Amino acid sequence: MENPVLIFFIFLPFLAAFIIPLLNLFWDQAKTIVLLLVSLVLFLLSAIIVINPPQITMYAPGGWYPVDNIPLGIHLVGDGLSRFMLLIINTLAFFCAIYAIPYIKLFTGQKYFYTLFFLQLAGLNGVVLTGDMFNLFVFMEVAAKASYALVAFGVKKTEIEASFKYQVIGGLASLFMLFGIAMLYWMTSTLNMADISVVLKNNHVDNTSLIRFAQLFLLAGVAIKSAMIPFHAWLPDAHSSAPSPVSAMLSGVVIKVLGVYVILRLFINVFEPCGFMSMVIAVLGGISMTAGVILAIGAWDLKRLLAYHSISQMGYVLMGTGIGMGVIASGENPEVVALTFTGAMFHMINHSVFKGLLFLTAGSIEYSTGNLDLRRMGGLAQYMPLTMIASFAASMAIAGIPPFNGFFSKFTIIVAAIQGGYYFRAALGMLVGIITLASFVKFQRYAFFGKPLTGITLKQTPVLMNVSMIALAVLCLLMSLFIFPEVRAVFLDPAVNILIESTD
Amino acid sequence: MKGMSVIVKKVAQLLSAMIFVFGMYIAIHGHIMPGGGFTGGVLLASSFIVLVLAQGLEYFKLKQQRERTSLVESLSVLLILLLGFSGLFAGSMVFFGNYLPKGQPGELLSAGNIPIYSILIGIKVAATLFTIFLALTIYKEEVST
Amino acid sequence: MTLYILCFILFLTGLYGLLISRNIIKIVISLTIVEISIFLMLILIGYISGGIAPVIFQQEVPQHQAVVDPLPQTMVLTAIVIALATNSMILAMAIRLYKKYGTFDIHEINKLKG
Repeated sequence: MENPVLIFFIFLPFLAAFIIPLLNLFWDQAKTIVLLLVSLVLFLLSAIIVINPPQITMYAPGGWYPVDNIPLGIHLVGDGLSRFMLLIINTLAFFCAIYAIPYIKLFTGQKYFYTLFFLQLAGLNGVVLTGDMFNLFVFMEVAAKASYALVAFGVKKTEIEASFKYQVIGGLASLFMLFGIAMLYWMTSTLNMADISVVLKNNHVDNTSLIRFAQLFLLAGVAIKSAMIPFHAWLPDAHSSAPSPVSAMLSGVVIKVLGVYVILRLFINVFEPCGFMSMVIAVLGGISMTAGVILAIGAWDLKRLLAYHSISQMGYVLMGTGIGMGVIASGENPEVVALTFTGAMFHMINHSVFKGLLFLTAGSIEYSTGNLDLRRMGGLAQYMPLTMIASFAASMAIAGIPPFNGFFSKFTIIVAAIQGGYYFRAALGMLVGIITLASFVKFQRYAFFGKPLTGITLKQTPVLMNVSMIALAVLCLLMSLFIFPEVRAVFLDPAVNILIESTD
Repeated sequence: MKGMSVIVKKVAQLLSAMIFVFGMYIAIHGHIMPGGGFTGGVLLASSFIVLVLAQGLEYFKLKQQRERTSLVESLSVLLILLLGFSGLFAGSMVFFGNYLPKGQPGELLSAGNIPIYSILIGIKVAATLFTIFLALTIYKEEVST
Repeated sequence: MTLYILCFILFLTGLYGLLISRNIIKIVISLTIVEISIFLMLILIGYISGGIAPVIFQQEVPQHQAVVDPLPQTMVLTAIVIALATNSMILAMAIRLYKKYGTFDIHEINKLKG
């Protein structure tokens, strides 16, 4: 089935990225207009293809369609999971783009920001759309390279250091991925994901221990990219050093796409879920969930605190995924599987919205006070009420207070864990939720309430930044509606079905 | 960085022209020979780099050159993308469609769109590598002064 | 099989260098060694002893002539381009770091605590 709409998710950001330096020669405002226009078009396109989904669409650039069921060339696959991820990426990218227009005026070399932003977006869209293992690696590298450059965008001492650290660790992770892909190609003689899973399922590969070897390398690479706890060293530095819209993209989207999405795709769709892998993923998720939140308690730098919470919240998603895989592998309680994956997907989209919003509010606080240390803030509520409202909504969402979206997704994951018989993990989830609440009460208390600042002139935040933050705050509330089956059937169920169907 | 001796400068001038021609040859014959856009582009860039290394940094106005090479880079990528996009309108809605006449295999003018992609990739790689070289040398100059 | 094991030893050498070296440039070199070991392994996967290059010539190719697998070679070419980008960017970052801190020793570059 030919559906050229898929190629536009990769083509448009690349086009925008390389047309901006040229247009910028003639007209200074062109870059802003291109940024808004292209990100708006991508956002609308992703919303359209999510809302009226055809069946799984496939598109082959270059026209290399399969011959006798042998895949030729690279295919773009737009199934439920990919469409869901596209919605996450392009929604947050649109709001970050609106926010970035005034914010990025603080920096020099603005035109490079626009190019890098679109390169990152193109890489992320490519990762979720591609159906080819090596192409996955290539798009991961495109997104990662742009992220490295964006982290160092401020060229201050700490930013360069964070970017260097991110590059060395991220580069090693990519090489682990490449090693795993090479091993897989060696054993299955194909790079197409669907084809690999068919070959593995029909037991055409004799040496299962080599498959396990390749799986561990792939898992190591993805674990570094998604910053699970033993591999997390780069994340707090990189996410807290980047400019705020970039932090929002990194925390809201990049760790999900390069980390969690690739885990879901590889370890559920390509490989059959097995007990060992599910246990590893669930344990890594549990550890990052707990340790991340404990590390966050001690943090006083606002963005660093948020970065540690990213690790912790990703832990929820991975724990949910791990439980789902474990239930599939053991074959008991098949009705729990849908619940766990729904919880994980729901928490992923929620986290992208509220963590993106939190980083944007942190950026707005930095914009007006020039300072990110919680101990040197206070009483900001009367100076920046809109930021306070947005930040309050996001904090309540991440802490899991009922009318906001975070509550429902965490609740779903915990209920699923209980139904699957993993009582310890469920208890851990609740405990971490409570500590998260404490941590965000601290943030609200020190930043917006308490003793007002004296002797500091506050810059007014621009309108566009406020618009973006308020829109995301409204989304935080609206996404609670996903808990109703009718809404869930449109947004979440296609993605969950892809994860479940692969095991039949 | 100052230039080297007269002999090196003269030899580098002669050599860089030859490397340039060979790079173009490799890039143009990408579809019928081993090599292609990337290899040809590396050769093209190295012809410039040899010249800069021999003549010293004052030979080109470096910062100005770097802006220009960045622009050439963007332009060539844009042309590649638009060429791929044009495939959607010719024939059967295929991005990167190969719609030009294919010709006889082994001829220079054959294989449809592929030689055009080869040449554009050659320009892109040459511009990119030269940009990287210039950027690194400019940084180094800034550090040492 | 020996060749694959040698590749893996090269991989581990690079990893070891990455973990223990203190100099930024040495870290970059170790990363390159890891890269190269994987490229070698990819090339080995596609190689058939006695195979000819997978290029269609004008003349007839004899029947049952073994041809090496071209796919790993294209993968390696792509990966080399990516490695070029990685290396140039990380070296640019290393120069910037040297400019800011005046040293290549990672023990003295410790403004951030992971």
